[in-house]
Amino acid sequence: MARITKEQVKHVAHLARLSFNEDEIETFTEQLDNIISFAEQLNELDTTGVEPTTHVIDVKNVLREDETWESLSREETLKNAPDQENGQVKVPSIIE
Amino acid sequence: MFEKSIGEIHSLLQNKQLSVSELVQASYDRISHVEEKVKAFVTLNEEGAKETARKLDEKLGTDAARGLLFGLPVGVKDNIVTKGLRTTCSSKILENYDPVHNATVVERLRNAETVTIGKLNMDEFAMGSSNENSGFFKTRNPWNTEHVPGGSSGGSAASVAAGEVFFSLGSDTGGSVRQPAAFCGVVGLKPTYGLVSRYGLVAFASSLDQIGPISKTVEDNAFLLQSIAGHDNLDSTSANVDIPDYLSQLTGDVKGLKIAVPKEYIGEGVEEGVREKVMEALKQLEKLGATWEEVSLPHSKYAVATYYLLASSEASANLARFDGVRYGYRADDAENLIEMYKKSRSEGFGDEVKRRIMLGTFALSSGYYDAYYKKAQQVRTLIKQDFDKVFEDYDVVIGPTAPTTAFKIGEKIDDPLTMYVNDILTIPINLAGVPAISVPCGLSNGLPVGLQIIGKHFDEGKVFRVAHAFEQATDHHKARPEL
Repeated sequence: MARITKEQVKHVAHLARLSFNEDEIETFTEQLDNIISFAEQLNELDTTGVEPTTHVIDVKNVLREDETWESLSREETLKNAPDQENGQVKVPSIIE
Repeated sequence: MFEKSIGEIHSLLQNKQLSVSELVQASYDRISHVEEKVKAFVTLNEEGAKETARKLDEKLGTDAARGLLFGLPVGVKDNIVTKGLRTTCSSKILENYDPVHNATVVERLRNAETVTIGKLNMDEFAMGSSNENSGFFKTRNPWNTEHVPGGSSGGSAASVAAGEVFFSLGSDTGGSVRQPAAFCGVVGLKPTYGLVSRYGLVAFASSLDQIGPISKTVEDNAFLLQSIAGHDNLDSTSANVDIPDYLSQLTGDVKGLKIAVPKEYIGEGVEEGVREKVMEALKQLEKLGATWEEVSLPHSKYAVATYYLLASSEASANLARFDGVRYGYRADDAENLIEMYKKSRSEGFGDEVKRRIMLGTFALSSGYYDAYYKKAQQVRTLIKQDFDKVFEDYDVVIGPTAPTTAFKIGEKIDDPLTMYVNDILTIPINLAGVPAISVPCGLSNGLPVGLQIIGKHFDEGKVFRVAHAFEQATDHHKARPEL
């Protein structure tokens, strides 16, 4: 049985801010289904009570003094922006 | 020239029998001779490198103290940012990205006084095992240009094997330094997670990524690690540990060393030619006074599934920043912001990157998080515990780096799962966060085989010691491809 439907792939694509044509949706549905089926072998393991690992070495909060220091200039900050106006990043309309 | 040791090169420089400019010229001469076949570089830094060389040559005439890696030509993987030198991650979405700062490792190389020759090709955003996922072109294996160099640091390994640079930096999330090093017959180390700063390494999977050195010999590798390792305030996951003198560990002595060989690493799925070379290497280590026993890392077979869930989940979050707003490619015909995001990302990313973003977004999405992401994190704990247990009784774990030698270009690219499974022997090491090196241990059908030596957290010294002792007792590291 398919684990992933085309509708789910379309929904996930929207969440990921990606767009696909129908052919691509077809391919991704099949490939993701294969990968997820493969991943389900993890269900063979009983992980009741096993702590999840988020980090492999001991870490603690890293804090520093709240000091100001020089940051990037406006010119440097905007250097790679695809579109800009009056020293600000410019994007297409957000509100209709 | 690049066949010499760092010590030899430094005495030639000291005695004025060689200049840094000549060293750098040797690099570009070799590049113009072989690059057409190998295609390791995305961007060359010829003008900048020659200027740096001139400055270093001026310093050579004075009494000023010189850096540990003074004058040595280095290549840098193109996901490590270099100020004023285009950094693309081999992706169309970053094709024209001009970084405004240096990665910490690049700053450290500058302090060590290397010369950056250029930026090296890779699988797009380090996602891949063959370099076939580069958004620009495919790097080729110097040993046989119809075969892949491995990946994702394929350019980093191929450039060293082809003698285009003295050594290079790669990054390793699931094997991306070690597997290409194995495929190209060079030495590649993935350090302990946290040993080398990730600041300025474009993030793929933040809990797994590590920058690592690639070189022709273990000694060169230790020199390079010595220069880049150590705590960094700019990386909050950077480990605050003392950095030992790695070079002093290269004693050649492995007497009494206890080696564990996981049966899962030499069993089914491992090519006969690869297994043979690894068994010969173990015999060699025995001759040097080490002993080995077979052990089990019982959760190894779950590592690939665990890795693809975790790495893709982290990637889907990390790559959200590429939205066409502050940097990178922007599609120009969108009517509103959401459409601009979608078009820019869909046109800018390649298929493998999209596949992983999709997988990761799915695994993290509402209703699936516990079943996939959390489950994978729990299995990661079990995989890490496998290693903890073995290291209670043994000094190092040894096996092959990859189950096969370099495969042919085009052979595995059509089936993502077949490609993923190729990383089965390198992925568990990233999940556990331990260090591992790949060193050449012979040829099978004319292609290099890599021996993988795995150590405890922060035990790079011992990993280097074993690798060096093996290397010095054999001639495998002296073999060079004909180009």
